[in-house]
Amino acid sequence: MSATNPYTPYQMLIEHVTDEAPGVKTFRLKFVDEAAGEKFSFRAGQFAEYSLFGEGECPFCIASPPTRPDSIECTFRQAGRVTAALADRDEGDVIGFRGPYGNVFPLDEWQGKNLLFIAGGIGLPPLRCVIWNVLDLRDRFGNIDIVYGARTVADLVYKNELAQWNGRDDMRLVTTVDPGGEIPDWKGRVGFVPAILEQTAPQSANSVAIVCGPPIMIKLTLPVLAKLGFDPDHIFTTLENRMKCGMGKCGRCNVGKIYVCKDGPVFTLAQLRDLPPEY
Amino acid sequence: MTETWTIDKASLQGLFAKLVSAGYRVVAPVRARDQLALEEVASSYVPVEEHMPTALSAKSITFPPHEALIRYGLDDGKAQLDDAVPNPPPTVLFGIHPCDAAAFDVLSAVFLGGDPDAHFRVKRECLTLISLSCTESDEYCFCTSVGLGPGDARGSDILMTPVERHRYLVEAFTDKGRAVISAAPGLFAETDGAGKAKEAVLARVPVRFSADRLADRLPSLFAREELWADQSLRCLGCGACAYVCPACSCFDIQDECGRQGGARLRCWDSCGFSVFTLHASGHNPRLKQSHRWRQRVMHKFCYQPQQVDRIGCVGCGRCSRACPVDMSLADQLATLAETQP
Repeated sequence: MSATNPYTPYQMLIEHVTDEAPGVKTFRLKFVDEAAGEKFSFRAGQFAEYSLFGEGECPFCIASPPTRPDSIECTFRQAGRVTAALADRDEGDVIGFRGPYGNVFPLDEWQGKNLLFIAGGIGLPPLRCVIWNVLDLRDRFGNIDIVYGARTVADLVYKNELAQWNGRDDMRLVTTVDPGGEIPDWKGRVGFVPAILEQTAPQSANSVAIVCGPPIMIKLTLPVLAKLGFDPDHIFTTLENRMKCGMGKCGRCNVGKIYVCKDGPVFTLAQLRDLPPEY
Repeated sequence: MTETWTIDKASLQGLFAKLVSAGYRVVAPVRARDQLALEEVASSYVPVEEHMPTALSAKSITFPPHEALIRYGLDDGKAQLDDAVPNPPPTVLFGIHPCDAAAFDVLSAVFLGGDPDAHFRVKRECLTLISLSCTESDEYCFCTSVGLGPGDARGSDILMTPVERHRYLVEAFTDKGRAVISAAPGLFAETDGAGKAKEAVLARVPVRFSADRLADRLPSLFAREELWADQSLRCLGCGACAYVCPACSCFDIQDECGRQGGARLRCWDSCGFSVFTLHASGHNPRLKQSHRWRQRVMHKFCYQPQQVDRIGCVGCGRCSRACPVDMSLADQLATLAETQP
């Protein structure tokens, strides 16, 4: 009797590499085994372990939407051994991928609601999956607002998509860079995300806010959302803790009685308030 | 349903011979210098007389210090994947203490709950546990504080108790246990129940704290930074407690690779290590050793009871015996259980 090995990665061909920002790349991946690719499914919010034989595994979100199942995209910053080795790979190379893991954004519950996305820096990729998902089902949702900031203009990721979103009349995109991060022909705002959010004053009635970014941005954004009238049950974020197995067993992403990998990564602010601050 | 027999100590070698000829691998405590270690034994094996627990727990048999989750060959940059989950031989683990047997129940709850872990499952399914009741204990033992005891059956397929000098009482609790009895029918004599003889020979292990009160109290003690700092001032973060613990199951996954190929390994890990939770960004949610000590206590005595309906500790005392700075878990837990929120 042979057992199915939950640690077996899918083999994925790197179809396209995009240089997003200094140290940040996006891979577009295709299943080498087409039949496996057709069986594979996931929902917005889930993540996967991306890997290279001889180097190891790294967890990132799936940054492409489930509404576009032809390929899987991931965006990562070069930060350690595995991401450095991944960043060295090129179109035509094969990498490992296992998943999907974790819970999902409750898109069904959000139908008919206004959606406010707030992202900072490399926090946009997890929300990009949701943004394209709701844009692909545009008539099911109310207003779609995005406030996205980065330290400098160069650090903004998905520049082509930001231009596309800017050109659409069925959504609103506000981009900003930290003071000093602008360049001469910069047409976006200058200022930190929480302040820009307050200036744009999106409505909180019948709305949900989805926040992802560096801890300091999240910390300063939450009071602004409270001031705008967002309820803790209607503020969502996606957590990141160090993870290995993705199945709630290896123990390292444990916070209180939950495992980020299995019970998260998506949490409401109300849920986070019940957890010890260990994330 | 429990069924009871007796077996003469002198018949044990006969039992081991029957088990070996029935295809079982027999693993038991053997003397290794001044410690006990678990090793495969021949049918001539004579059980060790010492009470002391094996230096390492029995968990290695289902959760080894390191094991390959997948293997791969690297030829001209093209990888060949070998993801077979190897099937181990049927194994009888003989002579462990009831606390170690109970720890398999905790490990199974973690590894087999939710998405079952294939590498653990194949090793656990082919394992039969024959434990020996404790007739002695030492100052580190606290099984009775975590709902267990020196003659407790949890996790065991068979529990043997030396009710007489030359004879064991044999209690079989599972089909696996009864299969052992059936493998050597002539060696076991039927008897009607454990009776008082068992109680009389068991070690007296004092109750050090109430696990229920501890679990109730811990959430309100979480934010008491000074309390955890005080408890962990001596902690070196060496991880010895986790490595000797029969119920600790946290692990790391690392690739080990040469030019020809390698493996993705699962390795024991410890929440006591500073890198355990260190993010790639440099952020560490548990920055101080006191936070990591708190996590060890909270996970075992507060979170695991909620996650898997079991305390993540069996009171074997190994962590305290192994601690290089003599931190006694039972003492610390007793203090916590009595600390006013």
